[in-house]
Amino acid sequence: MSKLDSKIPGGPLKDKWKNHKDHMNLVAPNNRDKIDIIVVGTGLAGGSAAATLAEQGYNVKAFCYQDSPRRAHSIAAQGGINAAKNYQGDGDSTYRLFYDTIKGGDYRAREANVYRLAEVSANIIDQCVSQGVPFGRDYGGQLDNRSFGGVQVKRTFYAKGQTGQQLLLGAYSSLSRQIGKGRVQMFNRHEMLELVIVDGKARGIIARNLVTGEIERHSAHAVVIASGGYGNVYFLSTNAMGSNVSAAWKIHKKGAYFANPCYVQIHPTCIPVHGTQQSKLTLMSESLRNSGRIWVPKKIEDSVAIREGKLRPENIKEEDRDYYLERRYPAFGNLVPRDVASRAGKERCDAGFGIENNETKEGVYLDFSTEIMKKGKESAIEKHIHNPTEQQIYDLGKAWIEEKYGNLFVMYEKITADDPYKTPMKIYPAVHYTMGGVWVDYNLQSTIPGCFVVGEANFSDHGANRLGASALMQGLADGYFVLPYTIADYLSADIRTGQIPTNSPEFDAAEKEIKDKVNFFVNNKGTHSVDYFHKQLGHIMWNKVGMGRTPEGLREAIVEIDEVKKNFWKDVKVMGETEGMNTELEKAFRVADFIELGQLMAIDALHRNESCGGHFREDHATPEGEAERDDVNFKYVGAWEYQGDDIKHEVLHKEDLIYDNIEVKARSYK
Amino acid sequence: MSAKKGLHLTLKIWRQKNTKTKGQFETYKISDVSTDSSFLEMLDILNENLINDGKEPIAFDHDCREGICGMCSLYINGRAHGPDTGITTCQLHMRMFKDGETIVIEPWRSAAFPVIKDLMVDRSAFDRVMAAGGFISVNTSGNTLDANAIPVPKEDADKAMDAAACIGCGACVATCKNGSAMLFVGAKVSQYALLPQGRVEATRRVLNMVKAMDDEGFGNCSNTGACEVECPKGISLENIARMNREYMAAYADRG
Ligand SMILES: Cc1cc2nc3c(=O)[nH]c(=O)nc-3n(C[C@H](O)[C@H](O)[C@H](O)COP(=O)(O)OP(=O)(O)OC[C@H]3O[C@@H](n4cnc5c(N)ncnc54)[C@H](O)[C@@H]3O)c2cc1C
Ligand code: SF4
Ligand code: FES
Repeated sequence: MSKLDSKIPGGPLKDKWKNHKDHMNLVAPNNRDKIDIIVVGTGLAGGSAAATLAEQGYNVKAFCYQDSPRRAHSIAAQGGINAAKNYQGDGDSTYRLFYDTIKGGDYRAREANVYRLAEVSANIIDQCVSQGVPFGRDYGGQLDNRSFGGVQVKRTFYAKGQTGQQLLLGAYSSLSRQIGKGRVQMFNRHEMLELVIVDGKARGIIARNLVTGEIERHSAHAVVIASGGYGNVYFLSTNAMGSNVSAAWKIHKKGAYFANPCYVQIHPTCIPVHGTQQSKLTLMSESLRNSGRIWVPKKIEDSVAIREGKLRPENIKEEDRDYYLERRYPAFGNLVPRDVASRAGKERCDAGFGIENNETKEGVYLDFSTEIMKKGKESAIEKHIHNPTEQQIYDLGKAWIEEKYGNLFVMYEKITADDPYKTPMKIYPAVHYTMGGVWVDYNLQSTIPGCFVVGEANFSDHGANRLGASALMQGLADGYFVLPYTIADYLSADIRTGQIPTNSPEFDAAEKEIKDKVNFFVNNKGTHSVDYFHKQLGHIMWNKVGMGRTPEGLREAIVEIDEVKKNFWKDVKVMGETEGMNTELEKAFRVADFIELGQLMAIDALHRNESCGGHFREDHATPEGEAERDDVNFKYVGAWEYQGDDIKHEVLHKEDLIYDNIEVKARSYK
Repeated sequence: MSAKKGLHLTLKIWRQKNTKTKGQFETYKISDVSTDSSFLEMLDILNENLINDGKEPIAFDHDCREGICGMCSLYINGRAHGPDTGITTCQLHMRMFKDGETIVIEPWRSAAFPVIKDLMVDRSAFDRVMAAGGFISVNTSGNTLDANAIPVPKEDADKAMDAAACIGCGACVATCKNGSAMLFVGAKVSQYALLPQGRVEATRRVLNMVKAMDDEGFGNCSNTGACEVECPKGISLENIARMNREYMAAYADRG
């Protein structure tokens, strides 16, 4: 029987969250220190949750695999965070943010969750400012905003190109405050490897101390998973090297359903792959699309000449450039949502217009020359420079760009050795964000009682495509403002339970399972490194479960991943010992989980006979090449239930998506 | 991919089993390294070779590989984060090196950062300094003022942002002959000192953070400025001066 009860509160959309909060059970302040909570992950979601829960008086144990919570992957977010503040007076509102998010997600997100997200968004900015997050300001001392893909208002708050960094450092500072008070016990360089369930409830975890190699038992009344996304299943992605799915996958194997695994966001503006030795792809923030124009040559011979190094992009005349986004989507132009921009770029490259001079022949230009001159002229007027020279205009324009995006330009130059002020950036889509994740109800609880999932690790708010600057918003909304309420409702039944012992048979069994696996890995006499298998998996995923998917390709992927899995367990070679730091062993655990998840992603992508958001099925496209959704048959969340080792046997459960408050329309950005 | 010349290099790398054992340099050869590769990708290739030869790979810290998490470290040819300036090791590219070169790779060396293994060190002292006062004491309940009710002059906001850009990598400590953490602590103290929200508890903050810094065994600043030169985020010495001013004022205040 399906356990999918979304627990969406009744009443009108705009009152649901308020009503729900008014009627939830509470844990009285004097009872909170009788309750222990484990938080796995200290990114925006986990860090903010751990700090807030500790502040409320619960005993919190927080875990992260890095050497410090400040290094969680959220640190890398560049562009900004959305909030419906309407500070710019351009017509923004809670409803509009809600609407954009649902539409941007191709009508595959849960209405009530998204509305709540939009509702608390304004509060996030207030909170962060009071914590000392140095957001960008205008000369009047008020907060400045920029705009992102898929929207027609300026609602994105930013801290230079380092918004994620500053938001995370804000959450980390609040977390540090609680650590200093002894309210949070922080476990750095610890990896959760298993969930422990006692009497049907999540009651603890097994973690490995990555420095000593010790396998540890930790108990709690509830477990919160905030372990981030699974984009690294593709090996190459914009995610940090250590980002992994293990915590989410382990709870999936213990009974938590995994929703919409095939929804992966391919970000349009990343630095193209340069070679076979590459370990990671680097994002160039989407905010650059505010100022950059995307193009490829109109004439295929020009593309060929560029690839052969015989022609420079600066020398291609304006009329010989194809600004394909402006051409195809006049209303949104370069600011169409990510899925649309990515596909359009791929389409041009598949047609032979790519510009990168390596064997991929991929890449399109992101050109700042128009903006440099435009801003230069504006700046000259502002500075009362009459009759400025071209050079003066260029210099002023360059200074403007530098102030806005300087760090990104430096980053680009370091990686490519090209100066993007002089020559257009080369960009290409890359795997970036995973909209799928552990299924949770309105309270952010998974199908395992007492196991909550927040941030990118859950599936909840973005549907099939995430609009820019809304992951940071979701992470902080979950951690600061949603979970602390909803978890209390669950924990109110636990005030008399007392400490959860770690010497139970359940802990014994979970620990044994992990120890056996550790021993297997270090003793297996294989011939190939962990990375060798990870790259194989990534190759299959990118080619067959990537930007364009076909039923044949997906069927092949399912079989090929089986093969990788078999070979991995037979032939993996992990050097080093069980004790002490062993980075290969860490990777082995993570890749084992990626392999299984990869297969489920292909299975999910095959069953979903439609195109939506990041899931583009080539057999479901309009004649103009736009995605073709099937609302009659697929307007649901697909949540998978684990059935044992063979992932092909997972059972699908459906949560129907009901839109009472907005009209479900074809998604057009024309 | 494109036919670029591969580098052939000799690497002298510090190997150390754990905090308790003594370490030593080992020499490795590596060939066909693309000049487009990053320094860490070069180490990935070396590790792959070592594994294939049945040897234990080299442990080093890294995560984002985008120059922002502050996790990567490495002393390369006698310089924190290597020969380029204004970047972290993960952003260092092999085009900075010449074919046939010998590269010496060591962990951060500072009493406050003990070696965990090979090139990996323990920087948790930074976290403890932060827990002593690197925050604004505001509840995270969201019951705060509207954000625009606290106007901040753009110049101050920009300066606070420049200070806040510190990634906690520890290059400043590693490169300082005294192992001083003043640039790191100064950056945090400055960020909050420049913002109206942080003023209320400025006195406590600077006293507590400086005390924690001293307790962790970081050395004193003798104004040689090596930290500023090697800082990947361009954190300026001005922040140390501001921290000193804050400290003096706080100290006097305390009586
Ligand atoms: C390059 C880049 C730029 C981005 N830019 C933006 C942007 O401008 N705006 C925006 O809104 N979003 C952006 N995003 C997306 C956004 O940054 C992420 O979705 C978000 O930060 C995820 O936060 P999180 O807290 O869920 O997870 P993370 O920040 O990934 O944190 C995961 C945490 O879990 C821990 N962890 C994982 N597994 C385990 C385990 N097994 N045991 C113990 N700990 C574990 C990690 O140590 C870490 O602390 C960007 C993403 C990338 C990659
Ligand atoms: S001040 Fe600079 S060198 Fe020191 S930790 Fe911060 S970023 Fe690193
Ligand atoms: S790996 Fe993150 S800064 Fe280098």
